[in-house]
Amino acid sequence: MSDPHAITREIDRSHMQVSDEVAIQITGMNKWYGAFHVLRDINMTVNRGERIVICGPSGSGKSTLIRCINRLEEHQQGQIVVDGIELTNDLKNIDKVRSEVGMVFQHFNLFPHLTILENCTLAPIWVRKVPKKEAEATAMHFLEKVKIPEQANKYPGQLSGGQQQRVAIARSLCMKPRIMLFDEPTSALDPEMIKEVLDTMIELAEEGMTMLCVTHEMGFAQAVANRVIFMDQGQIVEQNEPKEFFNNPQSDRTKLFLSQILGH
Amino acid sequence: MSDLHANAASYVRNEMLPPSDPPAMQTGAIKWLRENLFSGWLNTILTILGFAAIFFLLKEFTPWFLHGVWKANSLGECREIIAATWGEDAHGACWAVIRERWNQFMFGFYPRELYWRPILALLLLMVALAPILFSERSNKLWIAGGVVAALVLWLSVSYGQFLPVGILVVIAAVTALLGSRGAQWPSNLIWFSGLFPGLAFWLLWGGTVWLPVVAMLGFVVGWIAFRFASTVMGAIVGAGAGVVAAFLWWYFVAGPLVDALTQITGRTQPFWLRGVDSDEFGGFVLAFTIGIAGIAISLPMGIILALGRRSDMPLVKGLCVGFIEFIRGVPLITLLFVASLLLNYFLPPGTNFDIILRVIIMVTLFSAAYIAEVIRGGLAALPRGQYEAADALGLDYWKAQRLIIMPQALKISIPGIVSSFIGLFKDTTLVVFVALLDPLKGITDAVRASIEWKGVYWEPYIFVGAIFFIVCFSMSRYSMYLENKLKREHR
Repeated sequence: MSDPHAITREIDRSHMQVSDEVAIQITGMNKWYGAFHVLRDINMTVNRGERIVICGPSGSGKSTLIRCINRLEEHQQGQIVVDGIELTNDLKNIDKVRSEVGMVFQHFNLFPHLTILENCTLAPIWVRKVPKKEAEATAMHFLEKVKIPEQANKYPGQLSGGQQQRVAIARSLCMKPRIMLFDEPTSALDPEMIKEVLDTMIELAEEGMTMLCVTHEMGFAQAVANRVIFMDQGQIVEQNEPKEFFNNPQSDRTKLFLSQILGH
Repeated sequence: MSDLHANAASYVRNEMLPPSDPPAMQTGAIKWLRENLFSGWLNTILTILGFAAIFFLLKEFTPWFLHGVWKANSLGECREIIAATWGEDAHGACWAVIRERWNQFMFGFYPRELYWRPILALLLLMVALAPILFSERSNKLWIAGGVVAALVLWLSVSYGQFLPVGILVVIAAVTALLGSRGAQWPSNLIWFSGLFPGLAFWLLWGGTVWLPVVAMLGFVVGWIAFRFASTVMGAIVGAGAGVVAAFLWWYFVAGPLVDALTQITGRTQPFWLRGVDSDEFGGFVLAFTIGIAGIAISLPMGIILALGRRSDMPLVKGLCVGFIEFIRGVPLITLLFVASLLLNYFLPPGTNFDIILRVIIMVTLFSAAYIAEVIRGGLAALPRGQYEAADALGLDYWKAQRLIIMPQALKISIPGIVSSFIGLFKDTTLVVFVALLDPLKGITDAVRASIEWKGVYWEPYIFVGAIFFIVCFSMSRYSMYLENKLKREHR
């Protein structure tokens, strides 16, 4: 396999146990954009501590699926239960879920008018009502973890793409989320910056974070995922543990996809 | 490095030639002239024509300006002096009209012995503006403070009314004390900015102090109701409750309460200032009163209208769109006529709604509609990701607006907002159509109606225009300062 970002280092799996506790439960979920049926009959269960990679061709609905999990998109049918809270139109439930679920976007979406430190402390201070000093200490802790504490007082525009994405991860972690969603976190990055972001994500996985990750980084999927989900045309076509998924794909669509993505 | 040099091939140059000057035709003034003024035969002709036009304008205008007479009591006297000094055919400006009618241009028919009150209001306005306009100490702030201090000093001394000077000294002392102790100055003066509207109202119109106090208490009542209701029933209901409580306070409680308090204190000095009627206002006191009140209220109103126009709730959206489109589709003068004539028919009989207040309301509504559109442009320019990131972090709508969206959208909209402010300030001259004495036409006509100054044309207009220019240009410079200060994205 010729993955340019192949994970070379040893991964510490001591904390990576999957518990029986359910973190996310999706049953019979359907979503339409107008008349267009984006997600068809999605059923999936994510246990606490699981690391799931979702892949598939563009337009297959994988981003839409994880955006439904923190209600950035509304679903029209079926049930989504996150952390025991069902997502309905109730704004209070939505805010509760959102403060438990961290999200990292393809285009980072840092707040350009705030410093890196302010980006990280804003939500803890205003949503969690954490005192400013404490929030800043937490923020510095996570900035150290993503290895950019020295940039704390700069503005996002002064950082490189990889650094911005690591800040975005730190910003989510500052809310102490129990689940992290990654929506193509490396797709907007230059090749040499992808590795630094993936390293940060691997570290997170090693600590036992529940992660849902839409990505084309198959090296990452093989190294840390305990399940790979393949989606096409709004459906979950196939899911399996990475070894089986890559070595022994079942459906033709999966085989075609894998041959295209791994072939070059 | 040394290694590299040692191994470098012999044909690689180690030392650079000393730089030579570029050809004379390509540098400095000559290059600039060639590129900008004489780059072709057409541009050369246009340049020459342009310079000729400027030359003839200056040739006519400069002597007129320089022959100006500052000390005279009538236009006739002016002309005599000019003829005596510069010859029979000489033209000259009669600036004496401004000197002699200065008070009228500044204060209209405001009682002379009370001039210290608008002056003091102007001084306090600057104090109230400091924490809003400048978030940190800067040289510009000191310069602005110095200019205002000099202005107040000069105005006060020239009228022999020293109260503003005394207050100026106190403020300077307090500032020096705060500054020397490294306190958060000027941002810790923000409480004064909150009190200023009531204080300015009292200083300008006089009467009982309880009217502005009770009126301002309405905001406090509304805020308490909002805090109480929002913890029980949520933010939207809370906001509604706050507005309703404030209106109930103003409508039912305020009137009797003011009367009762006035009964108690009577017309004793600290609670009572001599009343000044709205028709005694005029000149720049009037322009500033309307302009500043309009600017201060139209910005928050514009923000709310812009948010309402982008709302998901059809009723809110419809109301905001209807309001904005209606107000923008109607000339300001129409609204002013409505304010002066029609509004009385709709108000309960017996209520005498002050004309300046009515005009302020109309000017504010007018400007708010424009500002709302400017801010909507700023909101539209923000990437969707900003909203999504705020949502994903669990910020609710109002927090996301206040902390993430508005700071960025307002920053984008600064030039447009300041343009609206400048337009509003200049539009205050339109109040002449509802029989208020604006400085440009109202006062100028009154001056020219007198026997002494009949026939004076250019001088008052130039003077009033110059003052408007100074104020508007200052606003424009401030907006550029603010844009530079907020320029944080180096994308």
